[in-house]
Amino acid sequence: MQIVDRRLNPKAKSLGNRQRFLRRAKGEIRDAIKDSLRSRKIAETESAEKVTIRSKSLREPSFSLGRNSGLRDYVLPGNEEYKVGDEIPKPQGGAGGRGSQGSPDGEGQDDFTFTLTKDEFLDLFFDDLKLPNLIKVKLKDLKAPRLVRAGFTSDGPPARLNRTRTMRRSLGRRMALRRPSEAEVKRLEQELAAAEAEVPPDPKRIAELRSRLEHKQRLRRTIAYIDPIDLAYNRFERVPKPTTQAVMFCLMDASASMTEPLKDLAKRFFMLLHVFLTRYYREVHIVFIRHTSTAAEVDEETFFRGTETGGTVISTALEEMLKVMRERYSPADWNIYAAQASDGDNFHDDMPRCLELLNEQILPMCQYFAYIETAHGERFNDTVETPVWHGYSEVAQRRRNFAMRRVASPEDIFPVFHELFSADAAAA
Amino acid sequence: MAALMPKKPGKRRGNMRPLFDGSEWTFELIRKVHDAMGEIALGELGLDIYPNQIEVITAEQMLDSYSSIGMPLMYRHWSFGKRFARDEAYYKRGMRSLAYELVINSDPCISYVMEENSMTMQALVIAHAAYGHNHFFKNNYQFQLWTQPDHIIDYLGFAKSYVAECEERYGQDAVETTLDAAHALMNQGVSRDLRPRPRNVAKREQEKAARRRAHEEATYDDIYRTLPEITKERATELPDAQNEQRRLGLPEENLLYFLEKNAPKLEDWQRELLRIVRLLSQYFYPQRQTKMMNEGCATFVHYVIMNRLYERGQLTDGTMLEFLHSHSSVIFQPSFNDRRFSGLNPYALGFAMMNDIRRICTEPTAEDREWFPDLAGSGDWMEALRQAWAQFRDESFVLQYLSPKLIRDFRLFAVSDDAKEAAMEVKAIHDEQGYKDVRRRLARHYDVSTQDPDLQVTDADLSGSRRLVLTHRVRNGVLLDKTEAERTLQYLAQLWGYRVKLVEQDVEGNRVLKEHEALPMP
Repeated sequence: MQIVDRRLNPKAKSLGNRQRFLRRAKGEIRDAIKDSLRSRKIAETESAEKVTIRSKSLREPSFSLGRNSGLRDYVLPGNEEYKVGDEIPKPQGGAGGRGSQGSPDGEGQDDFTFTLTKDEFLDLFFDDLKLPNLIKVKLKDLKAPRLVRAGFTSDGPPARLNRTRTMRRSLGRRMALRRPSEAEVKRLEQELAAAEAEVPPDPKRIAELRSRLEHKQRLRRTIAYIDPIDLAYNRFERVPKPTTQAVMFCLMDASASMTEPLKDLAKRFFMLLHVFLTRYYREVHIVFIRHTSTAAEVDEETFFRGTETGGTVISTALEEMLKVMRERYSPADWNIYAAQASDGDNFHDDMPRCLELLNEQILPMCQYFAYIETAHGERFNDTVETPVWHGYSEVAQRRRNFAMRRVASPEDIFPVFHELFSADAAAA
Repeated sequence: MAALMPKKPGKRRGNMRPLFDGSEWTFELIRKVHDAMGEIALGELGLDIYPNQIEVITAEQMLDSYSSIGMPLMYRHWSFGKRFARDEAYYKRGMRSLAYELVINSDPCISYVMEENSMTMQALVIAHAAYGHNHFFKNNYQFQLWTQPDHIIDYLGFAKSYVAECEERYGQDAVETTLDAAHALMNQGVSRDLRPRPRNVAKREQEKAARRRAHEEATYDDIYRTLPEITKERATELPDAQNEQRRLGLPEENLLYFLEKNAPKLEDWQRELLRIVRLLSQYFYPQRQTKMMNEGCATFVHYVIMNRLYERGQLTDGTMLEFLHSHSSVIFQPSFNDRRFSGLNPYALGFAMMNDIRRICTEPTAEDREWFPDLAGSGDWMEALRQAWAQFRDESFVLQYLSPKLIRDFRLFAVSDDAKEAAMEVKAIHDEQGYKDVRRRLARHYDVSTQDPDLQVTDADLSGSRRLVLTHRVRNGVLLDKTEAERTLQYLAQLWGYRVKLVEQDVEGNRVLKEHEALPMP
């Protein structure tokens, strides 16, 4: 008989199967993710995700006998009162009175629920945004805390053995314990040889020399050249990311012209920024400000769901943002990021005020301000410029921390952040 | 629970020391328990087993094994990933607990045990799998006939690397498409009547065939085609169609085999993939045919071994209570109108039948003497059981051994369900007139070949339209599930490469009930 401990075998043996499975259902999973993004909170972008898919491509058909024709026999246990010839009404749904007949592995339904890991989810999320690979890797890589040298220890992996230290300690110990050096022994040996060669030999001296040599040799044997207590290893300490915090302002036009699909686009835009920020800051706060002709800070639900009627005055949102900054997020303590989404409409007389607020107050305090203009495809040509686009273009030319983009589909979003990510690439 | 206590609860405890106390297991204890059980299983019960290999695994690894139909090695395919995702979801939500063990019909016989098990559970599992199932695998004629346990692990290793190699060479998509189609036909990949030649011989044959093919390809010269063939003369004696049918070996029930050999458009690697799936299907066929007996045998063996250990004083009272608790939940059989009912529990019926054979051998009633004249009172119950385990499968076992007493105990009754009627009719119950009828119907229920649709390739026109015709011989008017059949047929067409037609006709073969057709998609 043989007992084998398999518990330490490599984990995730079925990873290859899992990848094939995800690949197979990719289209459906992506649809499911699109749906789930709608109900997902921005701050939860990165949590593992339970998805339910209609498993159209996951069907595994086989020839099986149908349920609605022909004659079948069953043998059942637990008869109580039936006699031959009795009739038993069929249970509703035509299950034929046999629970197990429905489907052998318990999945008659097309719906299939399982959990995507954080990585898999981000992969698909990024895929949709057409993120360059390098950046995907960077965003998914949970930055491990940095290792910093921190003195020495007496224990560690061989690779970290500090030889200089070890030898220094060994030397000190050998000297303290008076371990005879090799030269000393050699000298004694020579003396002994010389004494033995002398004529006439001096037996007393020879005996004395011999016992001294023996003593020294014994010392050398008992006092090790390198003892475990000499060993010194380099020690490293994990230093956590510097405690920094960021606040992310989400500004959005809430007027009726922002339709559901446009809001979904905007949401992804906010999510991507959030994923980015959580990589670099330990704490990320989110402030949602929506505006029509007036602006207000709202919770996430209202931000994405509610619609209001009214004109569009963007400067109100900028003012609201400044107000919140003054109250809670002083630029001295917080890194401030802002993301604004709108369909490009603004009350004409409001533009100068907006630009002034941006140029004079907001941009100098912000790390980054990103603006996307969501619109339906047909409005996308450069001949038609929305008032906001026109106004912001000037700012973008002068300010490096301001980015803007027109977005019709998710893959247009990433370029808005291009600066942000590439700046980071340069720094890294 | 009381019913499950040893027959004579007052039985004197032997003077041996308990093997273990407490719930923690160690490798040392497992070995000790295994050896102590060996004394009983091999010495007293006369079991005959493959050498045991016990492997300790984690819950995640158990899920892994589940997803690859219980095999330690498996080629990669998305459906296994799907199964894993589903099982994992069920497990995490607590909807399903994992099996305590998994055992593989291989030589040496590999049993997986979970690290979470208590020592009592490990003991139970070893008795159940390493002795019970192991003996059954080694001795049942179905397994002897159909499986080569000393080859299976190697073969799976080959299959895994071969599929990986194909993926590399021909692309994941191409391999996936072929495997999907092969999986769809897996249940029709079994030869029910022919005994396969041992695999190593087959392998040699295959290599020979490959060499032959290579030689033919290397020496192919179109001009020889014009030479008259010697066999031609004899061939013309039969009508063309009939001749071709004979050549193709029609009718053929093993669809995968037929496609592997005859599908005109398949590449060699695709044929090999079909072969892999077919051999796996064939390997599992005995397990499908002997599920109830196999579990019955294992359950009976663990029950006897544990009780014997207890009698010898090698198990503590606490261990025995824990064991009986899980044993009784394993063999629990809910009634048909119970919410928990999901068919006859193979553990329950199997265990009861084994126990019943023991009873008939040792304490027969007048009824038993009438029903089982050879068995009743023969005394050597272990001999009777060993013989039953070796020579029967579920269907024949029920037909041979299900006693009136068990039918009464389980209160079995037979109903017939006509799809056209609003109600089912009770055909037989546990009374004098009903015993035989119930037994016959139950046996038929365990006959795998009547549970699977009876499908055969009946016609393949290789020279003309290349249309393939399948026939479903409809028993009792039960037609195929339409959507499933059409999807599967699509896969079949994909493999065949040309039009495929499925005819459902009644057993007499003179009335067509339904037809399906599929064309391969480009």
